[in-house]
Amino acid sequence: MIEIRGVEKTFVTPGGDQLAALQGINLTIPTGQFLTVIGTNGSGKSTLLNALAGTFLPDAGTITIDGKDVTRAPEHRRAGLIGRVFQDPYKGTCPSMTVAENMRMAELRGLRRVLRLGLNAACRVTYHDLLKRLRMRVETRLDALIGTLSGGQRQAITLMMATIRRPSLLLLDEHTAALDPRAAEQVLMVTREVVSEYQLTTLMVTHSMEQALELGDRTIMMHRGAIVEDLSGEERKSTRVSDLLERFAKLRHTIEYTAQFSTTRE
Amino acid sequence: MGFWIAAITQGLAFVALAWGVYLSARVLRFADISPDGTFPLGAAVCAALLVHHVPPLLATLAAVGAGMVAGYITASLHTRLGVTDLLSGILMMTALYSVNLHVMGRSNISLLDAQTLATRVRTMVPATTGWNDDVLFGAIFLLMSLLLGALLAWFLKTDFGIALRSVGDNPAMITAQGVDRRRMIELGLALGNGLVAYSGALIAQYQGFADVAMGLGTMVTGMAAVILGETLRARGRSLVTTIAMVAAGAILFRLLVGLALRVGLNPIDLKLMTAVFVLVALALPRLRRAGRRADGQAGRRAAA
Repeated sequence: MIEIRGVEKTFVTPGGDQLAALQGINLTIPTGQFLTVIGTNGSGKSTLLNALAGTFLPDAGTITIDGKDVTRAPEHRRAGLIGRVFQDPYKGTCPSMTVAENMRMAELRGLRRVLRLGLNAACRVTYHDLLKRLRMRVETRLDALIGTLSGGQRQAITLMMATIRRPSLLLLDEHTAALDPRAAEQVLMVTREVVSEYQLTTLMVTHSMEQALELGDRTIMMHRGAIVEDLSGEERKSTRVSDLLERFAKLRHTIEYTAQFSTTRE
Repeated sequence: MGFWIAAITQGLAFVALAWGVYLSARVLRFADISPDGTFPLGAAVCAALLVHHVPPLLATLAAVGAGMVAGYITASLHTRLGVTDLLSGILMMTALYSVNLHVMGRSNISLLDAQTLATRVRTMVPATTGWNDDVLFGAIFLLMSLLLGALLAWFLKTDFGIALRSVGDNPAMITAQGVDRRRMIELGLALGNGLVAYSGALIAQYQGFADVAMGLGTMVTGMAAVILGETLRARGRSLVTTIAMVAAGAILFRLLVGLALRVGLNPIDLKLMTAVFVLVALALPRLRRAGRRADGQAGRRAAA
């Protein structure tokens, strides 16, 4: 279970302005839940994901993952609990290392890396079988440098790397947004399979409202650093993309209204 | 013949230096200039101990240790205090100049009367073989390089080594994989400068003296060897090939230097030539791209 209590984060822009990216977020994600997050640009959805990953430490509030308080833990110290797939398909793997070596890196996430030969026959078999599930023929290229593979293949491998240790929390950051439609479809399919098979607690940020409603079992909508909508169960089933669009339009109207309001006040 | 053997022997002594620079510049992608200080540091520590009758192997190991400490400090300036990588190395190199003078107590130490790795081995080789110092040193350096190279290849294939290699490759990814990037840079630079200091210790024993000024241009020399090695490597991208080719690059570089001096290059110009060589190698990809663009434009104009 993931518990986020009163998490706040304010960034200072290069211009010196204060930007309240997260304004007291409270969110509980039960174990095994697949949560999708939508929101406008700058709504804080990626900031929320990064707060969980530990890219930065929050100004206030607490974050616990399966009972462990990770609020002050730097990113590499909580990595053992978390699997992560970035938006950029080139960001999740090491291009000048082989597919097998990349998998090995991920397999030891959160464990000590000692002076022992990394790859052996047994783990090669494991990686071969895992990658075979992608149906992209990458399992035959364990010794190829990962930089020679396509973005779609690399993103699919990153997903297998992120889930190889069955993390307490899987973070997907618009992980199909930068792929061509076919590769995106393939990666989504594998995502669905792996998450349901391993019963992974998952948080997926997405731009696509279809995706947000179609995948997973709960959807939250963020706006200006706060959660403004939390849909699950029957309510979510009856929600259409058009409903979400309408809601977004209303929020945008509010922005304009508040903008006007603040200028008149000045 | 003797000339070539001398050049190869020197090249073999530089192999570890090339590996050290390869580790920092290529594996960690850290612009580390501290070799200009850690190379003479290795020579100084080794020489100072040898004149005090410390066994050569022990003196050489002490040099490695000193280099590792220096490399660790350089990295820490960057990772803990936020100094840029280049400036960290410059600070270290500058500071080491004084340290090296302290270690030696003067600006140079002669090893003509001291026991070195070669004098030790000479007693084991029958005098009838008629091997001179160059051959003797060459054989020792070759053996040690093979051993060290195998060790390096093994190390970079261990779980720790895999993590180390990922540091320069994709910093965002390794943090997400639970690797402490700062720690890796610190240990990686310690290792790299340990190799460089080892190289300095070998050179001091081979040439029979350590000098405080012998470090000038070390990093650029190492870079030249790495670049030559990468050219030799051509398409083979495996780790073992790369390590072997970087070693070959170090030897080839000494051969080229020897050849250039032989055909009449003024020794004064040696550093200039080395710098120009590295510069050309670094600029070549960009010049080629610019050339292709120009060709393309000319082609389009011709077509139009």
